[in-house]
Amino acid sequence: MANIPAKRAIDFRPKSVDDVKTIIVDCDLLIIGGGNAGCFVAVEAKKINPELKVVIMEKAEIMRSGACSAGMDAINTYIPNGKTPEDLVRWSRDQVGGGPLREDLALSNAKELNEAVDDLERWGLPVLREEDGSVRYRGKWDISIHGEQLKPIMAEKAIECGADVYNRIAATGLLKDGEGYCIGAMGIHVRTGDFYVFRSKATVNSTGGAGTLYKSYTADSTDSGAQIWMCPYCVGSGYAMGFRHGVELTSLEQRWVATRTKDFCGPVDTISVGYKAPIINCKDEKIMEVRYKHLGGDSAPRYIRANAPMEEWLQGRGPTYCDTRGMDKETNWRMMCDYLNERPSFVLFLAARGQDPTKEPIEIFGSDPYIMGGHTMGGFWVNLDRMTTMPGLFAAGETAGGNPNKFVGGCAAEGKIAARGAIKYMDENQISLPKDLDEEQIRIELERVYAPLFRGGDYDGIAPRAMKDRLQRLMDEYAGGSSQFYRTNEERLDYALKHIAILQDQFKYLKVADLHELMQANETMDRVDVAEAVVHHLKGRKETRWAGWQTRTDYPERDDENFDCFIETRRDPLTGKVECFTRPYVQLVPGERFKS
Amino acid sequence: MPPRVNLNKCNGCEGLPESKCEEACPGDLMAVDPRTNKAYVRFAGDCWDCMSCTKACPTKAIETRVPYQIGYHKASLKPIMGSNTITWKCVDINGKEETYKYRNRMDK
Ligand SMILES: Cc1cc2nc3c(=O)[nH]c(=O)nc-3n(C[C@H](O)[C@H](O)[C@H](O)COP(=O)(O)OP(=O)(O)OC[C@H]3O[C@@H](n4cnc5c(N)ncnc54)[C@H](O)[C@@H]3O)c2cc1C
Ligand code: SF4
Ligand code: SF4
Repeated sequence: MANIPAKRAIDFRPKSVDDVKTIIVDCDLLIIGGGNAGCFVAVEAKKINPELKVVIMEKAEIMRSGACSAGMDAINTYIPNGKTPEDLVRWSRDQVGGGPLREDLALSNAKELNEAVDDLERWGLPVLREEDGSVRYRGKWDISIHGEQLKPIMAEKAIECGADVYNRIAATGLLKDGEGYCIGAMGIHVRTGDFYVFRSKATVNSTGGAGTLYKSYTADSTDSGAQIWMCPYCVGSGYAMGFRHGVELTSLEQRWVATRTKDFCGPVDTISVGYKAPIINCKDEKIMEVRYKHLGGDSAPRYIRANAPMEEWLQGRGPTYCDTRGMDKETNWRMMCDYLNERPSFVLFLAARGQDPTKEPIEIFGSDPYIMGGHTMGGFWVNLDRMTTMPGLFAAGETAGGNPNKFVGGCAAEGKIAARGAIKYMDENQISLPKDLDEEQIRIELERVYAPLFRGGDYDGIAPRAMKDRLQRLMDEYAGGSSQFYRTNEERLDYALKHIAILQDQFKYLKVADLHELMQANETMDRVDVAEAVVHHLKGRKETRWAGWQTRTDYPERDDENFDCFIETRRDPLTGKVECFTRPYVQLVPGERFKS
Repeated sequence: MPPRVNLNKCNGCEGLPESKCEEACPGDLMAVDPRTNKAYVRFAGDCWDCMSCTKACPTKAIETRVPYQIGYHKASLKPIMGSNTITWKCVDINGKEETYKYRNRMDK
């Protein structure tokens, strides 16, 4: 059991790949990404079999990494007394406008959910309770917590259970055997410069979602470039690693776009759900009541609520607000505590605007789009054990697709399910570690990953940041970013693909000066590859099913005859050609799907 | 929202194998300059303003600031970490102060 410290950054200037040290670590179960889901994978695996050697490969430091770095103010899903897992699946289906969604996955997750949340409370997470001792619900399914320490609490458990945590190792590629099984992963230690090769019997990919594919409207030449909702250090590397090996992705076109506070991408559910503050336009009209009553008003599906303020802007009725005026001082104080638990700097932002929410409403706007399989459905296609289409590679949390509305509790629950699936796979197939090292495969990855570092000095190349900016603007303007009110069409998507291909060809010019930049260069290559998949998914769905999350101006209507199914992609590792196809939707939980 | 390092307070976490801010940052943005032994942020525009570095600093040398494009000069929000509580002190641009204190852990 060890949390292996990363050490301070060093000046590392290798002349060639021969100067890079390769370190081999063997284990039974490898977890890529020690976030919310990853910590639960570790704890569950060790609980099932304490003898297993479990290793976590973490790009940051496990105590404060990923989506939960700053903390949380709620667990968005916890099944209340009197409700069933089927009810939760029905609710989740409503949030995505009746689906399609993977009801098999959603149901298995829902059955595991409350126990995973109870684990968190047992480990020390303060869950707010009513006077009678029952948990305090802030909406229908979400409960209030004081989650400032949520990430350290999960991380400590993962370490205590006996997993070895290798911090500051950014995974770049999967390790594959001759038959196409996943047998581990490789990556860069961003402090020492060593190249790590983890060999495992089974691997869980829990690297979170993909923020930063699209330009944020606050990004400019000042310090506000990472002013986004999603953790900007989860850039989709997990998806990219699989995509490059031909692993199947599902539903990336269902992007996560949310209504967030304007200029500072802060929480809105906290105010609108937790404190019942209605969303209004510049004319003081209650938007959901006045314009979306037929779709459910305040309880309309999530994508409709996300898109509503943007529609107001488009129609000339912006700015839009969450109306907090008249809130009493005590309630406002509690709301500020919620913010401090989840997005503390939003309180600083309000102070920097000199704003008192009880007197002035909080302005809201749409976020930039993200790919997040824990919120919407973009991610790996997995079976019930959470195994992807690559044997030996599992996915959990934001990385696993098809099953939306997981959030903290659902990602935790899915971590447990993936751990069981991975152990079952190892046992049933009697997997053992390969005797020989595939030196050729390791060398190819090392050369790919470190190449930008050898193009130092006077080399006339491209900075990772420049390529990131180019990609983000391309995606924003052509693949339905916030500047375009999320809309796109076939021609714009083709344009995006053409330029993505140029960017991929220009990876060979990326140039960096140090290890931090080397990590950024690899992040940017991952972003470009994930963007390619996203654009193919957007092209594949020739209808508009979830306006805002997915809006096609050339196909403005929902087309159930052709598209009540999943859109899938797979990139051929040899030819680089992306194949786009569909999979059928299966309704398991009875009930009316399309309420509106 | 970049951290601002008070160079008079920062001691570079001398003696530790890794400085606390460098350890905490989810984006690998903090580092200590070996020449000056002071912490700096590699690129402020990449900061997510999660405040992890600010919470972790043992000498309270780090303050998180809102970029001017987004919010005005100068508000402050300072976390004080207890063993199972956190206290936040906030001052807005008009000098209005507010304190928030609550329990953030059950087990310590
Ligand atoms: C600001 C914010 C507020 C939220 N509020 C709530 C809320 O109130 N309630 C709720 O229920 N949900 C909330 N959510 C959603 C919830 O936090 C996420 O759905 C969930 O925590 C994601 O878990 P995960 O394990 O999939 O990803 P993460 O926890 O993000 O974990 C991913 C991990 O992978 C690591 N990683 C990434 N790339 C690599 C790589 N290449 N190599 C190695 N490691 C890598 C990351 O550093 C990180 O540790 C919120 C999310 C955000 C961003
Ligand atoms: S944690 Fe504080 S004292 Fe330590 S190096 Fe960082 S800023 Fe300096
Ligand atoms: S506020 Fe968070 S993201 Fe920014 S430098 Fe500090 S730890 Fe890193």
